[in-house]
Amino acid sequence: MIKELIQGLSITFKHLLPGHSTTVQYPKVKLQPSDRFRGLHRLVPSHDRAKCVACYLCPTVCPAKCITVESAENEKGEKYPRVYQIDLLRCIFCGYCVEACPVEAIEMTGNYELANYHRDDFVFDKQRLLNTK
Amino acid sequence: MELLSLSNAPLLFIAAMMIKILVVFGVTMGIVAYATWVERKVIGHMQTRLGPTLTGPMGLLQPIADGIKLFFKEDIIPTEASKIPFVLAPMMILIPSLITMAVIPFGSDMQFTAGGKTYIIPLQITDLNIGILYILAMSGLGVYGITLAGWSSNSKYSLIGGIRASAQMISYELAAGLSIIAVFMLSETLSMREIVAQQSGSIFDWYVWKQPLAFLLFMITGTAEINRTPFDMPEAESELVSGFCTEYSSMKYALFFMAEYANMVVIAGIIATLFLGGWSGPTPWGPVNLLGKIFGFMFFLMWIRATFPRVRYDQLMKLGWKVLLPLALANIVVTGLVVVLAQ
Repeated sequence: MIKELIQGLSITFKHLLPGHSTTVQYPKVKLQPSDRFRGLHRLVPSHDRAKCVACYLCPTVCPAKCITVESAENEKGEKYPRVYQIDLLRCIFCGYCVEACPVEAIEMTGNYELANYHRDDFVFDKQRLLNTK
Repeated sequence: MELLSLSNAPLLFIAAMMIKILVVFGVTMGIVAYATWVERKVIGHMQTRLGPTLTGPMGLLQPIADGIKLFFKEDIIPTEASKIPFVLAPMMILIPSLITMAVIPFGSDMQFTAGGKTYIIPLQITDLNIGILYILAMSGLGVYGITLAGWSSNSKYSLIGGIRASAQMISYELAAGLSIIAVFMLSETLSMREIVAQQSGSIFDWYVWKQPLAFLLFMITGTAEINRTPFDMPEAESELVSGFCTEYSSMKYALFFMAEYANMVVIAGIIATLFLGGWSGPTPWGPVNLLGKIFGFMFFLMWIRATFPRVRYDQLMKLGWKVLLPLALANIVVTGLVVVLAQ
């Protein structure tokens, strides 16, 4: 038992020596998330407008019911989302919307700095989603 | 040359006493404030983090920032709590640990000449001839504060924390007291000053060499008595939601933590005085020696906190009653035999 106690103490003491810290100094140094990371959503633009065809698959599969889509038709008779809204306060970042999209119009970015001061600021409309890099 | 006392130079005695009290209190509170920073740094690095870095250089202003924050936090007293004991409890924990420092000598005698007379001023607030008993009595008082805090909060978590504290105190106070008895069987005095004097020869005169078992037992029981990890059962923040201090906020909460660190200083001071030669040796500067030993033991307590998980309550009881108490008794018997045979 004594041996184990000393072994434990020596491990923690070794960590005390300089150069063992693995902390990332967050606001100053930012982590690069992996490609699979599910951060803020982005609507993919195609010829200056959303690629989305307003098929309603994403709000249908969304388990948190946080996506609102309202479709309309343009002058050529094509469907497009007149309203596309994601309420990030309800979103669980599961990525099902991305999986379900038949035209790859929605994807998830590596953006993880999502803090805001007002509830309204967490509702991302079509323009904000299109502007997300 | 005569010892400065209230009868031979009253004004000088009172002035010297006030200065000694201010120095001891100031240094203790200074250590308490910065021990919180040191602990966060030490444990941070041991857990491969950094600890505080942003407030001031290396996070050095963190204790001051914490103090300001705690002063301005909302002070909550639960509606159904017993208000007077609820307010008094944090003070009842802090005060005994601070007044215990009164009997710990922090340096050799100082000579002072006034009115053609030379006086000796002992560097100790007061040299009680029952120093050790005073320490045992005072260190036992802190638990009243914890139990009272637990009971008066009117919360089940707090109550269980308070009851745990009293049960733990009974299990450890006996072994702590008995391990100290072995020291004063050797020194044949209860005065802390005398005990340091008897260890002041070389480093090998320290009682830690003559009483290694008592040293070890007192270290364990001391850690248990001040409720430090791995014996922090009354607080047990993971299973008891902070135990006895669940309902506390603001400065009252801060007082509990000031008491915890003040207790660390006190127990380190007692161990340094009883087993490690107190202010005497290895350097010629008395207060520096004592502070060095106090810092050393406080670092050891932080190291233990970063390494070992909290023990289970039955393990703690078993250790107290079945291991430490018999060992302390056996140590007394052996010490007694050796002392008698040596005569």
